[in-house]
Amino acid sequence: MPELNQAQRDDLRTIAAMIIPASDEYKVPGADDPTIQADMLKTLGRDTELVAQALDHLARLAGKPLAALDAARRDAVIKEFRAAGGAATATLVRVVLQCYYRDDRVLRSLGIELRAPFPKGHVLPDGDWSLLDPVKARPPSLRRA
Amino acid sequence: MNDPVDVLIIGSGASGAAVAWSLADTKMHILCLEQGGWMNPSEYPSTGRDWEAKFYGEWSTSPNVRGRPEDYPINDDNSPIKVVNYNAVGGSTVMYTAHWPRLHPSDFKVKTLDGVADDWPIDYDALTPFFEENDRMMGVSGLSGDPRSPLTRPPMPPQPLGLSGPLIGKAMNKLGWHWWPSDTTVATMDYEGRARCINLGHCTPACAQGAKASTDITYWPHAIRAGVELKTHCRVREILTNEHGMASGVVYYDKDGVEQFQPAEVVIIACNGVGTPRLLLNSVSGRFPNGLANSSGLVGKNLMFHPYAQIYGFVKEPTDSNRAPPTCLWSKEFYETDLSRGFVRGYGIQFGRGAGPVFEAVASEQKGILPWGVDHHRVFRRLNGHRLAVSAICEDLPEEHNRVTLDPVLKDSHGIPAPKIDYTISENSRKMMNHGLARGREILEAAGATDICTNDPIPWGGWHLLGTARMGTDPARSVVNEWGRSHDVKNLFIVDGSVFVTSGGVNPTSTIQAVALYIADQMKQRLANLFD
Repeated sequence: MPELNQAQRDDLRTIAAMIIPASDEYKVPGADDPTIQADMLKTLGRDTELVAQALDHLARLAGKPLAALDAARRDAVIKEFRAAGGAATATLVRVVLQCYYRDDRVLRSLGIELRAPFPKGHVLPDGDWSLLDPVKARPPSLRRA
Repeated sequence: MNDPVDVLIIGSGASGAAVAWSLADTKMHILCLEQGGWMNPSEYPSTGRDWEAKFYGEWSTSPNVRGRPEDYPINDDNSPIKVVNYNAVGGSTVMYTAHWPRLHPSDFKVKTLDGVADDWPIDYDALTPFFEENDRMMGVSGLSGDPRSPLTRPPMPPQPLGLSGPLIGKAMNKLGWHWWPSDTTVATMDYEGRARCINLGHCTPACAQGAKASTDITYWPHAIRAGVELKTHCRVREILTNEHGMASGVVYYDKDGVEQFQPAEVVIIACNGVGTPRLLLNSVSGRFPNGLANSSGLVGKNLMFHPYAQIYGFVKEPTDSNRAPPTCLWSKEFYETDLSRGFVRGYGIQFGRGAGPVFEAVASEQKGILPWGVDHHRVFRRLNGHRLAVSAICEDLPEEHNRVTLDPVLKDSHGIPAPKIDYTISENSRKMMNHGLARGREILEAAGATDICTNDPIPWGGWHLLGTARMGTDPARSVVNEWGRSHDVKNLFIVDGSVFVTSGGVNPTSTIQAVALYIADQMKQRLANLFD
């Protein structure tokens, strides 16, 4: 399966940071973080073609590497890129989000345990079953056939 | 050529497994051909850190996205609702939410009661013992006594209400509307070799714990022990007939791709509401030029989905997010006909407990409520873990123009023509969906939710594939008779959701399996004169 070329990788890193920048307030990296970028490239798999299409479209709009544009121009390009929408754009954004929201530092910041759901699972509170009392108090109303 | 078998079942999912198990006590030689393979729970998504990402690829609910060798492509470009399914031992029970309502008694009499569509040739009472048998076999949890649902006796207690259930319950009480804990096939205690639910929160794409019932771990072990033979990775191309117009067997491709003929005395189709008409329409011959069992011209027609009108929002309180089975409650407040609402028939409501972080980020970004840039983090923390969802599952009435045909170009990996879907949402269904969205908004607002969004319909919501080989007493208006036998081919039976006359407004798997067990029972009662 073909991989992204260097220009595409550079633009992916730039747009990822525009989607999710680093935050000192929440103590989280941006989506341009090297570890998160490496995860994206490593797991792109079946999404490679659509992501490459999206990045090529972005490159055409920008006319040069996205990072080389001034901030105002970069924002305008991104606005136009998002407005065009489509499956390729949606796939690119989803790849950024799915890799970002499985990064250890990000999950820790969200208070999510760093583990797969299985085998530990989760514990649910039983809840207040007295809430059902008003429903139980009503007469049966199943429509007769 | 293979040795002949007494009964050949095509498909090992919800209905095929139930029929195989039920017929096993006849001691006939029963063979099931399944195009997929056995599942390996150690490979299920919830065993890995990347569990959510898998939803968008190899564990997508859409066969077109998954594209596994076991899947067949479906051209659903001409439908606002896309078909979802799974192809493996257990079929789509491997990949479903385990929500377990039954059709109501009124659902079998819609013509009599409401003057629309047709009555079923059987009624709820005929299915009652099979509903109960099936609940025992699949292992159902729930709370008996719902005043607006048929009486059930779940062998296990209901799921915990968790964090989301009370929020929904309070909102429904404020509105004075019915709600009740769902019957589900999620085991809440150890049951028949299945471990109890530990809230992996990831029910739909298979349960690594084995708490969710899928027929590979419920019916099939029993059926195989009773002598039923199951061959995997065998894809049936067509059903052949003999000079008497009886089914003589099937042509299939085995696991090595080699074409085989399997003779059989009886053929039972259990391939779901898309796979079954596809197979019948691919089984053309001089005697059956329009496809097998199709003298009525109705094979593939009257396709019913359940259009899902979903509305969701975000509350201040934490919800169960991805830490629980996705559904736990239902409402039948708007299930029955009330013409003052502007439409006939009605809908069930199923409530969603929440979503995981990746799903939340992707969905909210697509809806435009999760921004790019510096504000992303603040907004995400307000949304993530705070979602509540309300879905109106609308009764779809049968319309002949909603149909499954064969695509003239698209083929599966064996070169077999693929199904093509032509489907539109009717005016009645649209009004019902709008009503559901309006009531859903009231529920969410009563719960204090904001940032309300809709999926109308849920585009990847074609879970329920019904009506394309309908049951009836009139051969001109139906494909199979009142006990599942083809009007045209007297040793051919259909047992899946294709035979539904109407769809009801609930998830159909419980009823599909009850119908399958009923048909198997009818066959057993008539073994001496099955072909008369």
